Amino acid sequence: MDGKVMDPANNDTVVLDDMLIVSQSPHIRSDESVKRTMLDVIIALVPAMIGSVYFFGFDAIRLLLITVVAALIFEYGIQKLFKKPVRIMDLSAVVTGVLLALNLPAGTPWWVAVFGAAFAIIIVKEFFGGIGQNFMNPALGARAALVASWPGIMTAYTNPDGISAATPLGILKAGEGSLPAIQRMIFGDIGGVIGETSAILLLIGGLYLIIRNVIDWKIPVIYIATTSVVLMLLGVDSSNLTYHVLGGGLILGAFFMATDYASSPVTPKGKIIFAIGCGLLTALIRVKGGLPEGVSYSILIMNVATPLIEKLTRPKVFGEVK
Amino acid sequence: MNQGKLTFKGGVHVPEYKELAENKSIEVAESPQFAYIPLHQHIGAPCDPVVNVGDRVTIGQKIGESGAFVSGTVHASIAGTVKEIKMMYTPTGAKAKCIVIENDGTDEMHESVKGRNLDELSPQEIIGLVKESGITGMGGASFPAHVKFSIPEDKKIDTVILNGAECEPYLTGDHRLMLEEPEAIVFGLKAIKKALGVEKAYIGIENNKMDAVESINKAISPEDGIEVAVLQTKYPQGAEKSIIYAITGRSVGTGALPLEVGVVVSNVATSKAIADAIQHGKPVYERVVTVTGRGISEPKNLLARIGTPFSELIRQSGGFSGKPGKVISGGPMMGIAQFTLDVPVIKGSGGILVLPEEEVKEEPVLPCIKCGKCLEVCPSGLQPLFISAYALKNDVEKADSYSAMACVECGACSFICPAKRPLSESIRNIKKEIIAKRKKS
Repeated sequence: MDGKVMDPANNDTVVLDDMLIVSQSPHIRSDESVKRTMLDVIIALVPAMIGSVYFFGFDAIRLLLITVVAALIFEYGIQKLFKKPVRIMDLSAVVTGVLLALNLPAGTPWWVAVFGAAFAIIIVKEFFGGIGQNFMNPALGARAALVASWPGIMTAYTNPDGISAATPLGILKAGEGSLPAIQRMIFGDIGGVIGETSAILLLIGGLYLIIRNVIDWKIPVIYIATTSVVLMLLGVDSSNLTYHVLGGGLILGAFFMATDYASSPVTPKGKIIFAIGCGLLTALIRVKGGLPEGVSYSILIMNVATPLIEKLTRPKVFGEVK
Repeated sequence: MNQGKLTFKGGVHVPEYKELAENKSIEVAESPQFAYIPLHQHIGAPCDPVVNVGDRVTIGQKIGESGAFVSGTVHASIAGTVKEIKMMYTPTGAKAKCIVIENDGTDEMHESVKGRNLDELSPQEIIGLVKESGITGMGGASFPAHVKFSIPEDKKIDTVILNGAECEPYLTGDHRLMLEEPEAIVFGLKAIKKALGVEKAYIGIENNKMDAVESINKAISPEDGIEVAVLQTKYPQGAEKSIIYAITGRSVGTGALPLEVGVVVSNVATSKAIADAIQHGKPVYERVVTVTGRGISEPKNLLARIGTPFSELIRQSGGFSGKPGKVISGGPMMGIAQFTLDVPVIKGSGGILVLPEEEVKEEPVLPCIKCGKCLEVCPSGLQPLFISAYALKNDVEKADSYSAMACVECGACSFICPAKRPLSESIRNIKKEIIAKRKKS
């Protein structure tokens, strides 16, 4: 059918040289893609990655490389083993790798990082069905497994200068030691895992994700706001509140972990409940619990509550009277 | 009224591609050598032929009608001889009995084609004329207009909305009509108002067609009780429930009709057809068809006779440019892909869209990442990802429990999906299963 027009009078004998393509509507698709979405998350993490290298030097490069490469290799291997299509080019394993690295202290040995990547990709992600099916955030799941397995290594925080140091939250929890200046907190020149220290760099990335409509602003904003309010209700001094917001993994968690598509609710109301739950748990763990930090466990607990939240927050169908 | 900002919840911005044809004036298409006029081009009962093979017919002559109330009378679109009555495919994908007329080139009009005076017509006479003229919804749904205008005793209509949103990408026929025939459109609306005894009417137009807004505004007098409502440009603004909500703030529930919230919606092209029926006595035997897409050499808005083969209109638009990939009856969001060009233009044919082969890329379907974009865009407030997941497992009950039947099949979810999942497609399929199951029980 090379541009030729058939004789309309003789409509029984027309034979198309080539078949027209037939499918159901819609016949056009947007430019959105899974890869582009993952790329956006990676782009949003670039400032934090640069910051981690600036503050922690070669250790940060080392950890980022190990986790990303390991995550890709494990994903490739397990998909081959399970005879599933290999989808490492969707970049989701890269996102997991980067997030995992950013959740490790600078001195983490290489084999711990590799174990973390294996746990995240094989156990949390692929065993449950792969991309979109993980019931908890793979990087956070791996971090929890590492903290449980090697608590010493995973809490051996160092200052950017390489000297081991307590995190601001650790200092608050212990009730002794001197807190760093606020400017250092915002900039990131403090103790902690390599990706959580710089509030400003994480916020730049978070803002990018919101502008690109990759994440819903409600989850991070409500999460951080709830944490702050509950901390105050629990009697945390307002001068220490800044340290709670900027000093731990709250910003990294709120913008990059709690917003994980697969493990957070898809319903608008569900997102709000999820964020409030994360905030409440984080504050409770930090003040009433034995740990200085509570972001990882809060998000993980809310992750497993996600299917229930989704069931209970079915959106109203248009025109439906309830 | 918040002019220019009126909208509904959800929806998606789709590329418009209107520039291909929006500046092309409506051109009268050559009448075809043969017209293939389906006896079933509407929602409702098929018509029975009222002419026989060998009869000579003239333009506007009734050639098919049905005793059923919900049906649309069919008229000859060319003058000539009935050659054959046979089953043929129509652009809807179904087969229908078609009356084949061979053109004798005289373009002789039938004696029934003569104008009337609206002031002398009663509401009942207007509705009767609409029925006799075979007017069905020309926005694409082809629901018989006289049925829509026959309001049950217990229902009260207070608002008429003319739909000039034309939110489907590529299509420009309604836009051109609003620019070139604003008086006729307004006249038709006045007739609808009179038929329904309604004081208030709106013409909803998206804000990407401000020239149409201006054109219609010029054709309205203050005493007409007609107001142009400027809508946000967003798909599917022209979906019936969307446009009602955008203009009146009223919500039409699943399975409910607009008349239950006191509204009747008609398309601007339908209004033009009503004006033609009253002013000139013309039944629906022609309509504006946008022949467009990058697979067409010279995109055009053609005033084409019903029954003209698609291939003929494509020829009159300069033929294909390059190798065609898809030929679509209607727009790219809700239109129907054709497997042959030997289908006739019917009353609901708003466009023939040809996408060249390189634009018809088959993208691999990836697993759902639960991004939730389908929820954001769904004008019905549904969760397409879950309904589709159940639909693909053929879990009819679960799909039903997630309100699959509220889906208006606009395709916004499939359009936006980053994993290129067949959301809308699978939901459309499961809806048929749900209906079948309900019928059984």
